[in-house]
Formats: sequence, structure tokens, C-alpha cells
Amino acid sequence: MYEKDGEKYFVVDSHSHFWDASQENWVPGAEQYAKGWIDCFYGYHKLGPPETHWDWNRYLKVTEEDFVRDVFDEGHVDVAIFQSTYLREWYRDGFNTLERNAALAERYPGRLIANGRWDPREGDAGLKQLEEDHLRYNLRGVKLYTAEWRQGSRGWSLRDPEAFRFLEKCQELGIRNIHVHKGPTIWPLDKDAFDVADVDTAATSFTDLNFIVEHVGLPRIEDFCFMAVQEPNVYAGLSVVVGGLMYARPKFFAKVMGELLFWVGEDKMLYGGDYNIWTPRWQVEGLVDWQMPDEDQFSDYPRLTTDSRKKILGLNAARLYDIPVPAQAQLGASATQAGAQA
Amino acid sequence: MTLLDRVYAALDTVRDPELDESVLSLDFVSSCEVSEQGAAEVHLRLPTFFCAPNFAFLMVADAYDAVLAVDGVGSASILLDDHFASNAINDGVAARAGFVHSFAGEAQHELEELRANFLHKAVLAGQDRVARPLLADGWTPERLSAARLGDLPGSPDLDRLRNRRELLGLPAGDDAPLLMDAAGRPVTIEAMPLHLRRARTTRVGMEANGGYCRGLLADRYNLGTTP
Repeated sequence: MYEKDGEKYFVVDSHSHFWDASQENWVPGAEQYAKGWIDCFYGYHKLGPPETHWDWNRYLKVTEEDFVRDVFDEGHVDVAIFQSTYLREWYRDGFNTLERNAALAERYPGRLIANGRWDPREGDAGLKQLEEDHLRYNLRGVKLYTAEWRQGSRGWSLRDPEAFRFLEKCQELGIRNIHVHKGPTIWPLDKDAFDVADVDTAATSFTDLNFIVEHVGLPRIEDFCFMAVQEPNVYAGLSVVVGGLMYARPKFFAKVMGELLFWVGEDKMLYGGDYNIWTPRWQVEGLVDWQMPDEDQFSDYPRLTTDSRKKILGLNAARLYDIPVPAQAQLGASATQAGAQA
Repeated sequence: MTLLDRVYAALDTVRDPELDESVLSLDFVSSCEVSEQGAAEVHLRLPTFFCAPNFAFLMVADAYDAVLAVDGVGSASILLDDHFASNAINDGVAARAGFVHSFAGEAQHELEELRANFLHKAVLAGQDRVARPLLADGWTPERLSAARLGDLPGSPDLDRLRNRRELLGLPAGDDAPLLMDAAGRPVTIEAMPLHLRRARTTRVGMEANGGYCRGLLADRYNLGTTP
């Protein structure tokens, strides 16, 4: 647990990866997409503090030792949740598959949770695969990538009747946490690819499921906020918000946090560090130290308390994923109180 | 003004529809040349390989129209570089084929609805840009809610708001209300706090996106400090 000024923070990183973007894994003929994808990630990487930047080759694929050091030993993360992303059109063995994530998770029991995935375009075979994945990995969540390319299709929508079949299956199996990533190439291209309206439809129809919109719907923060305020089961995944703005654009970081605190609220915001786009250490330490600036332009945004930081950094995600939280990291359990009880 | 200056001035009217900012101010124009015979060649660049192709198409097509409209330009070649859909976009715009034809099978409509959607966001964000300084200057809510564009001190933000409304066919004259909803109806004083909240959120969203885009572009093309 991260400790600062006598307070203990139980950190759940709700959006982590263990990817393989090495050149050996690029699909012949699709190299430009495989490279374009990881280059795009690398661009985001460079929005973090310069002392945390890696060279491109290392960025393509980190080792288990790198992961353990960066995330657990130095990164203050107690539990990390892997979000699987396949992208098999571009990466031969997949970019960041459930199998790869789960293999690592098995070696660190209690510290790593591997989420599954599904794609409604896979139909009955996909439903069967989801059941098998659940049987094998006891899934607590899935990551959906609505913009993924598949056999000429550039993506899908959560409103599709086929998607509803998969959501029903999640409900039936008890896979409660649906992480949704909005991406830039969803079909049809003449619509706004980042539109989060389909999440609204799904969240209204499946009230037992939690919908965590990753990257808070970036670049449609406003649409996300106006939607999330109406849906009790929609959450804000802060990955990319912290990593991409806290260092590079601190004023915008403050404003975006202010908007999220106002519309969505501190009980529904989940820290995500997005390893290895960024390492978690500077993000966790930065968030614990962060406060809304005092200038006038921020004056009507909510302030953070120690409790809000604890919730955002871990307690909210722990609640969604039934992760046990040590007593000394619970709300109100400051060092002084704990000392008084001892 | 030289011909090249006039071409640059034309490019300055071309906006990223999503960010509502000029492609010049965003540094998306990587080069611009005009021959003595009036052949213009403009190269555009974007922050990532996977930037949304629909907005990219609009920028290339708008740049084509704007440059070709410059007196003295006889032909225009607008080339988007380093993008996954560069060829489809560049060829489609050069052939004036439209978006649906350029992305056959992947799009059913041209992009006017998309463009209008983002102009509406710009109009909403623009109301925050204009109203916020007035409130800071001590305007009462009553005065703000009754304000018409002709009552306001002139500013680039006000000009920008009028321009975006005109593009949508919304009231933009001196007697038009400052605060209006998407359909062009005035906002009542009761509805004003929520309206202004939404306006600010929309502005924060658009400007924060611009922050990401500038940072990613600066890194991608080694531009040094971000503009």
C-alpha cells in the first residue's frame, strides 16, 4: 500500500496491460498498422514526465521483471486489472490477449485480475468462447473494443442486437464489469466514431452490469459526462486522463477532473494507469499530492479530500471487483485513528 | 499580399471540425508552395496515424476548396501524409469523389451531419467563452440571460461565435440572444445555470482534446515545445 503523510492508499490500477507489440508479432502485410498502433501509444507515452520515457524498442514488449518492478515494487499498485486487447488483424498472436495476461496473473495470485473480451461479430462461436473463457478464468470483467477491425469491418456498436446477446450472457455468467473503449475507426465512418450514446442504451438495458467507459469517452468527455450523470451504473475510467494530462497539461487536467467530479462524482471514478503506456508511480504519487488549483477559473469545481483520493485510487474499483481492502486503508482509517485504536 | 500569403490566409479559414480551430494554428500544415503558374501544393499532417478519417477527409476537402478559390491559383494538390487512410482521402478529394465514394462500403452518408454536430458543440462552447468574462466583470444573471449579441463588447470570441452560428443558420445578428439552445431558442434564467455548465463542459472537452493533439503532434514531428 502506498503511504503518504500517515494515510494508507490501497491502489487498484483498473486499466493495465502486458502487451506484445514486438516486430516478430506483426502480421506480414499489416506492418504499417501494427507499427502505427504502437507508435500512437508511444506518442501518448511521451506525454508523461521525460525521466519516465523509454526507448521505442523496449516499449514494444516489456518483460515480467519490468512489469513487477514498475507496477508492484515501484508503482505502489496493490492490484492491477488487465484489459485484454486482441487486434489479431495486425498482431499475429494478438496484442494483449487474455491468455497472455492470465498466464502472468496466475503467477501473482491476488495481485492481478485478467479481464476477458468478446466481439459480437463472432456470433455463436464467440458466445461459446466467452463461456469457455469464463469457465477457465472465472472472469469478473471484459474489455470491449468497439473499433476493432475484423474481416473488412471497422467496428461495431453496443446497440447492435448481437451485442445485446453477449451482454445477456455476461449477466447470466455474473461477469459484471464491462469496460468499454471508444476508438477512432468504428464503422460506419460517416458517424462520430467516439459517440458514447450506445453505452447509454446498453447501460439502461442492463442495470445489473457496470459500464466503465475507459478514457472517460475521450475525446467526447462532454457527451460522456451528460450521459453518465443519468446512469447509475456508468463509471469513469481515468486511464489516459491522468497519464496524458496530469504532467503535460496540468490546467486541462484540473478542468477535466473538475468536470468529472461535478457530473460523475468521486464515487464513480476509477484510477487506471495504462501500463506500459505509462508507469504508475508518478501517476499514483501525483494523484495523492494533487488538489484543484486555487485560481478563479477552478473555483466552482469540487475539491478532493483524502477520502476522495482513496476512492478514486482504489476503493471504487475494489467495490466493483469484490477485492478485499485492508482495514487500515478504508475510509476514515487514518494513521492517527488506527493508532488510537491500537 | 503575395499569392503564397493569400493561400496561407485561405488555409487559415480551414478548421479541424472536431477541435474548431484553424489547421494553421494547430500546425497541421507541414508545407505549402505555389508555383509561378499558380499550382498549389499543400501537405497536411495529423497527430497520429489513426486520427479519425472522417474529420481528416473534411480537412483535406475543405483545404482543397479554400485553396482553389484563391484568385491566381489554377490547380491545387492537397496531400495528407502519414495517415492510415492517406491514399483513400487524397485520391478521393483530388477526384472530388466525396466521402461515400472514397470509402466505398464503409460509409453511407456524406459528412455534413457530422460537421453540423460539431458546429453545435462549437456554438455551445462559444457561449461559455463569451459569457464567462462577463460574469467575472460583475454581470448579474438577469443581465446575462437577457443579453443580445449587439449588447456585448466586441471580442474575437464573439466574432467566432457569430461565425459558427451563421454556418449553422442560427441567429447571429445584433438582436440574437447570447444564450440559446441547440434549436436556437433563448435560454430562460431558470435554465441558465445548467446551460452554462454544459457549455463549459463542452468547451473543456474540446480544448483538452486540442491539448492532447498538440502534444502528440509535437512529439510525432519533433516540433520541440508544444505550441
